[in-house]
Amino acid sequence: MEHGRFGDFGGLYIPETLMSTLQELAEAYEHYKNDPEFVQELNRLLANYAGRPSLLYYAENLTKEVGGAKIYLKREDLNHTGSHKINNVLGQALLAKRMGKTRIIAETGAGQHGVASATVAALMNMACEVFMGKTDTERQALNVYRMRLLGAEVHPVTTGTMTLKDAVNETMREWSRRVSDTHYIIGSAMGPHPFPTMVRDFQSVIGREIRAQLRQAEDCLPDAVVACVGGGSNAIGTFYDFIDEPSVRLIGVEAAGEGLDTERHAAAIGRGTVGVFHGMKSIFCQDEFGQIAEVYSISAGLDYPGIGPEHAHLHAIGRAEYVPVTDEEAVTAFERLSRSEGIIPAIESAHAVAHAVRLAKEMGKEQRIVVCLSGRGDKDVAAIARYRGETLYD
Amino acid sequence: MIKIQEAFRNHNKAFIAYLMAGDPNLASSAEYILTAQAAGADLIEIGIPFTDPIAEGEVIQAASQRALRAGTRLDGIFDMVASIRDQMHVPMVFMTYLNPVFVYGYDRFFARCVEIGICGIIIPDMPFEEQDEARQIAQKYGIEVVTLVAPTSASRTAEIARRAEGFLYLVSSMGVTGVRAEITTDLSAIVADIRSVTDIPVAIGFGIATPEQARQNAAIADGVIIGSAIVRIIAAHGEHAKQPLYDYIKSIKDAVAQL
Repeated sequence: MEHGRFGDFGGLYIPETLMSTLQELAEAYEHYKNDPEFVQELNRLLANYAGRPSLLYYAENLTKEVGGAKIYLKREDLNHTGSHKINNVLGQALLAKRMGKTRIIAETGAGQHGVASATVAALMNMACEVFMGKTDTERQALNVYRMRLLGAEVHPVTTGTMTLKDAVNETMREWSRRVSDTHYIIGSAMGPHPFPTMVRDFQSVIGREIRAQLRQAEDCLPDAVVACVGGGSNAIGTFYDFIDEPSVRLIGVEAAGEGLDTERHAAAIGRGTVGVFHGMKSIFCQDEFGQIAEVYSISAGLDYPGIGPEHAHLHAIGRAEYVPVTDEEAVTAFERLSRSEGIIPAIESAHAVAHAVRLAKEMGKEQRIVVCLSGRGDKDVAAIARYRGETLYD
Repeated sequence: MIKIQEAFRNHNKAFIAYLMAGDPNLASSAEYILTAQAAGADLIEIGIPFTDPIAEGEVIQAASQRALRAGTRLDGIFDMVASIRDQMHVPMVFMTYLNPVFVYGYDRFFARCVEIGICGIIIPDMPFEEQDEARQIAQKYGIEVVTLVAPTSASRTAEIARRAEGFLYLVSSMGVTGVRAEITTDLSAIVADIRSVTDIPVAIGFGIATPEQARQNAAIADGVIIGSAIVRIIAAHGEHAKQPLYDYIKSIKDAVAQL
């Protein structure tokens, strides 16, 4: 697979200053992913530190309320640090160590990836700096403090729209200044090769566990798997093991913000076009002159104008479906899952829950949907309260 | 069309001046391109603003934002360049990111370049491994695609040099564009590597601002590129930058011309 192509998508569109570094990274990854010691150490960390395997939980109350297909939740929210992000960070940090790097840098939107990076840096005794849009540092102030508590330095990014896309820009710039001792842990299945492949591989543990757990529980495959998509790491991790199982519907849920008919959304596949940005050819929200659009979602983690290249490919070949869910629908699902199951989902994951509820109604009672509950919702409680008109600040 | 090689003719040490189209507005850009030419610039790099210029430092990022906020669009830039092409006797190239070119359509974009007298393009987020798609079409129109070489290019340098068109843009040091007090990379060694495989001229850019830096770098290569220092003058003087711009460019040209 030259330069990490997924059909027409992917590639390695990055300034020359970073090219050698990315090629070294791709070679190191190709080597270590098949190195038994590396794999063993990663698996040990996933089990003993992150707490894998995560549960596959049958949401019986929700299923009964909805009255359709059985809804299962893949509980990535129960991982250490509260989301699926740790799967990828452990893999990349371990690789960075093997490559002799002593410092990691990362971008973050909602703060989940930044917290996971800061956590693993503390564990592995590495320096860590996190770049976060200034707007996001304000709406996720608690996570900023959490990262600092873990020993990381947090840089508020004041360029552009001051959100996730600008945090990625600034982390790329920082990497191009200092590559010899530094690894950039990209948090999603996006960016230049080898990141989309590497992040997908580190996250594909989600789908493999779903397959094994559902086989054990009901001796079957899921009829559909549903996951939210910003860059798309929890979704590709959920989908990957099922791509060659045509009976399994793969459904990605994009943030529709205030609606796809408004300008205030972050639905790359819903409203975007093909472009080249952040190192990859993929699908982006942009104008007719190729200027990247300002996007919006209540969820800082889905507030990104693009989507990972493998998703663009799965969409282009018709293997996966991508559907929009609005802020209002996501908040309703956030509240509903909290009340019916006693599980507060991340607002990102609530987008997937909202669609699963819609879908379950259209499916038979003998069918099964697995929703990737990619993160826990504690970080969102204050923002949801504000959305509902209560003045609560964290 | 005036070709890139004109800038390096007769072993002339070329001074390549960069400015951002539309900063502070397109009428000023037209005036400043002519000013740069009059002050002695041998080649003009015209920046097309992009929302997310990941290879740029703060100065050019800010210029990009100002240009976009002023309503600068690609068609307007084409019209601006077309309006001065008859007065130009030095070559002009575009510098931008791949997405604006890709989205406009390679054929349509390069056809417009030919019409308005643009002879080359520099795209920092299109490394040579990813050039084929755009380059095949650029070649059809006689547009040269300029490639960058960095201090970290190492074993890739020879391959890049062998396939180079127009000139090679040697990045002086790691990081993004912007003025630097000191450049510590061993650029002579990289230039020697390049010269062992190609006769294409080499111009050094990133971090150069003073006449002394320009002279030192031009001495070891075929030319120097200055962007941020020029953009900073335009940022400070807005629509009234003509004289300070002329004086600055002339000071650089004089320093380089001594060689």
